[in-house]
Amino acid sequence: MRLHPLDRKLVRDLWRMRGQAFAIALIVASGVAVLSSSLAVVDALSETTRGFYERHRFGDVFASATRAPRSLAARIAALPEVQAVDARIVEQATLDVAGFADPIIGALVSLPSGGEAALNRLALRAGTLPEPDQPDAVVLSEAFAEAHDLVPGDVLHALVNGRRRALRVTGIALSPEYVYAIGPGTLMPDPRRYAIAWMNPSALEAAYDLDGAFNDVVLALGRGADTNAVIRALDTLLAPYGGTGAIARADQLSNWFLMNEIQQLRRMAGILPTIFLAVAAFLGNMVLARLIATERAEIGLVKAFGYGDATVAWHYAKLVLAMAGLGVLLGWLAGWALGRWTTVLYAEMFRFPTLYYTPGFGPFALSAGVSLAAALAGALGSARRAAALPPAEAMRPPAPPAYRRAGALSDLLRRVLEQLTRIVLRQLLRWPLRALLTSAGIAASVAVLIMSFQWLDALDHMIGSFFFQQQRQDVTVSLVEVHPDTVRNAFARLPGVLAVEAQRAVPARIHAGHRVRREAVVGLPEVSALHVLEDAGGNAITLPPDGLVLSSALARRLGVAPGGHLVVEVLGGARPVLTLPVAAVFETWIGTPTYMRLDALNRALGDPPVVNTVLLRVDSRELPALFAALKATPATGAVTLRRAAVDSFNASIAEHMHVFIAIYVLFACTLAAGVSYNSMRISLSERGRELATLRVLGFGSGEVAYVLLGEAALLVLIGLPMGCGLGLALTQLISSSFETELFRIPPVIEPSTYGIALIVASLTAVACGVLVRRRVARLDLVAVLKTRE
Amino acid sequence: MPAVRPEPERAATLSGRDLVKTYHVGDVDIHALRGVDVDLLEGELVVLLGPSGSGKSTLLNILGGLDTPTSGEVRFRGRALAAGGERGLTRYRRDHVGFVFQFYNLVASLTAEENVALVTEIAPAPMAPADALALVGLETRLDAFPAQLSGGEQQRVAIARAVAKQPDVLLCDEPTGALDSVTGVKVLEAIAQVNREIGTTTAVITHNAVIAGMADRVLRFGDGRIVETQRNPTRRSPRELAW
Repeated sequence: MRLHPLDRKLVRDLWRMRGQAFAIALIVASGVAVLSSSLAVVDALSETTRGFYERHRFGDVFASATRAPRSLAARIAALPEVQAVDARIVEQATLDVAGFADPIIGALVSLPSGGEAALNRLALRAGTLPEPDQPDAVVLSEAFAEAHDLVPGDVLHALVNGRRRALRVTGIALSPEYVYAIGPGTLMPDPRRYAIAWMNPSALEAAYDLDGAFNDVVLALGRGADTNAVIRALDTLLAPYGGTGAIARADQLSNWFLMNEIQQLRRMAGILPTIFLAVAAFLGNMVLARLIATERAEIGLVKAFGYGDATVAWHYAKLVLAMAGLGVLLGWLAGWALGRWTTVLYAEMFRFPTLYYTPGFGPFALSAGVSLAAALAGALGSARRAAALPPAEAMRPPAPPAYRRAGALSDLLRRVLEQLTRIVLRQLLRWPLRALLTSAGIAASVAVLIMSFQWLDALDHMIGSFFFQQQRQDVTVSLVEVHPDTVRNAFARLPGVLAVEAQRAVPARIHAGHRVRREAVVGLPEVSALHVLEDAGGNAITLPPDGLVLSSALARRLGVAPGGHLVVEVLGGARPVLTLPVAAVFETWIGTPTYMRLDALNRALGDPPVVNTVLLRVDSRELPALFAALKATPATGAVTLRRAAVDSFNASIAEHMHVFIAIYVLFACTLAAGVSYNSMRISLSERGRELATLRVLGFGSGEVAYVLLGEAALLVLIGLPMGCGLGLALTQLISSSFETELFRIPPVIEPSTYGIALIVASLTAVACGVLVRRRVARLDLVAVLKTRE
Repeated sequence: MPAVRPEPERAATLSGRDLVKTYHVGDVDIHALRGVDVDLLEGELVVLLGPSGSGKSTLLNILGGLDTPTSGEVRFRGRALAAGGERGLTRYRRDHVGFVFQFYNLVASLTAEENVALVTEIAPAPMAPADALALVGLETRLDAFPAQLSGGEQQRVAIARAVAKQPDVLLCDEPTGALDSVTGVKVLEAIAQVNREIGTTTAVITHNAVIAGMADRVLRFGDGRIVETQRNPTRRSPRELAW
């Protein structure tokens, strides 16, 4: 195939400008990679979730109670719009795996005797479901089984309502209910310390005195059902049996995390690619403007031959499209790989039978469309200018750019600076917008660097304030039921215990007008040495004698402020409904906690001084003995370790974060390199003649490079502080748009983070400078001077 | 004013011996210089005449330290130019040579005075930029930027910039090539005046034979060689020239 001569020119132009073209392509590729991978992962997660939920009949409404008779299940099933009901027993027990000292929390979930559940059906990965005559047979959650190398046939032990039982593993499974499986009081999945064990109901009925009864129910509703109406009806039915309030699928813990993650990914797909594509559009425009300036004569000639304006404009637009097109292809490859890798990471955190990563046409088409449109938008002005050049004028050389003195600044220049520096400064003042945009490009890269490195600061800050500043206890023991406050004394006598404090957590529905939230109200002692209340700024919070202290995230969601009142519908016990004042609001990074003085809480509930959570500070050398003792203490419900919580937090977030940071740093460097390399190359091309003249006049190549690189350095220097400001803004934007009910990313930026970002961006610019410096040394003095501009 | 200069007791400022320059363009060798011997004497004004491609610019570039010969040697006051390498050539251009080109090559972002100061700041014994501009009749345009000057004015700034360092050698490549005849004469007057008043050894390239009249000596080029050397008994003033 023979290319049209104009297209051949295009190919050669591209080849000649390959360095610049490649730099622009890489920036486009970064944007495309982030956009397409985020969208592809969103697709993968959503599709996988939808498929898993559908095939395994994930429920629509979930509720638990203390003890409801089996016969109630039929009445629930008879509620309007209810399609299926699965009434079951869910209890919590401490598990024991040989060779693992830490306490393991196990959720024991009953399966219909010898059969499959109607809802939340298991995806069996190995082995079989228990036979009806196997009361001690269990199916284990896959993550836990993997973490402890358990396979069907293995045996583990459980402390079921105070009695130690041997459980034989018959199968390994996944459930739509536990895609994101976290134990009570933890934030991250910890598969070594949290297990789900499905078993026949007989053993659980006997152990928990639930013969002919259930304590947990899952409902499937018809399409378009009024979930809230069903929840109200269900609550009414369960109320006499200790119902703790039904929740919709959206609030189901595992699903809630999953949906949050998908939403975050969607937001990520919006913010970063915008930055990259905007910079790419600007660079495309700059390169094209320069090319058109050098090709005025050719443009005139081509038009004199009779080519139309549109042909000329399209010719130059194609050049930018080709650069962006290369970027799109590279971005697709990188995006595909990045998406795949991210999906694999998600597969560790979210347990699906198969996580389908089969990115559809959509994310790739969208990212390509957006990038090419951005590139075209950037090219538009220059291409139109090229088309608008009248042939005769185009063939005349352009007038020398008109510089002028800048008033007072000029006098300063005159007095202080030598000529080379004046050249540098006047160049900037001559094209202030271009200079500003170049600096803004550098600033954007600094901002992305700050944002990336800031994740570590945020993590440190969150872990530091949540796990170390506020929680001074090493071990948290939730008790099976409330105990008199004096239970502390019993725990104080356990091996290795140095300090004991007790709290009471009460599940409640908190109402503010029509807004409702489920939250535990935690009663704390007036003075607590182990649970130190601090706001996000590290200021101590003193609990008032009466009233609630809310996290600001919860206050925002409920729309209340200090001085207002909330209706607290206690879920459990006699289900009293209390009206309590909001005494204070404080900022937190993790969770949406609600606190109250323990004595006030007990008083409000009409209870004597009772507690259901014990905090322990312990001598770490005595931990194994303590664990053994705790496992043998009937009052013990769940035991969580701060160390394990921090470890799992780090393991699931920090590890992967390093890789993500590395990728984003790479993208940011691409940005810095693309901007500084292109601006230097364009400057070199515009001023090659001037620089050669300086060489002829006797300036050394170092001095000449100073003129070129001095300008670039100045633009970088202007861009760096701009980048710090922009980085702060970007961090705040990310922090606010990534806010979930679980986390708010603290927009804290350590000075060292600014420092590292500035150093990385500067080094990138210096590396580009070195590349361009070599070209200055190779300037062909004779050729440059002989040709007319 | 015509001037008669006695010959030949003057020493050579620049001398080239057996200069050969061959360019490789693709598969073709272009012989720009095919063995040229030349001497530019102290204070002399030489015009290099010849059709384009005859090698005169190549010679000027080599004499000015912008380019190096494929073979042969250039000596400035007896010292070989090639000895100092790239750094030495830069030094040589900075301290001893002034250039004027067809396209004035002013720095667009500097005023006339600043363009001259560009050179005086790095020269060992410069004159004041304003004096250099006065020498070419631009004492009133010190603060003008190149965009505000006519072609002839721009070229005269270029000459002022070239001579302000009081160079030992002034090399002009087609200094009037882009100018009309009236303006061209003004520019040539400026060159002649510098040569006369400062005594700078001057070489002017042109393909305009009329200009040869202002020279002490005329070197005619053809096909990479000096084909004829002609000595003018009297130098004519540029004002007497017309084309």
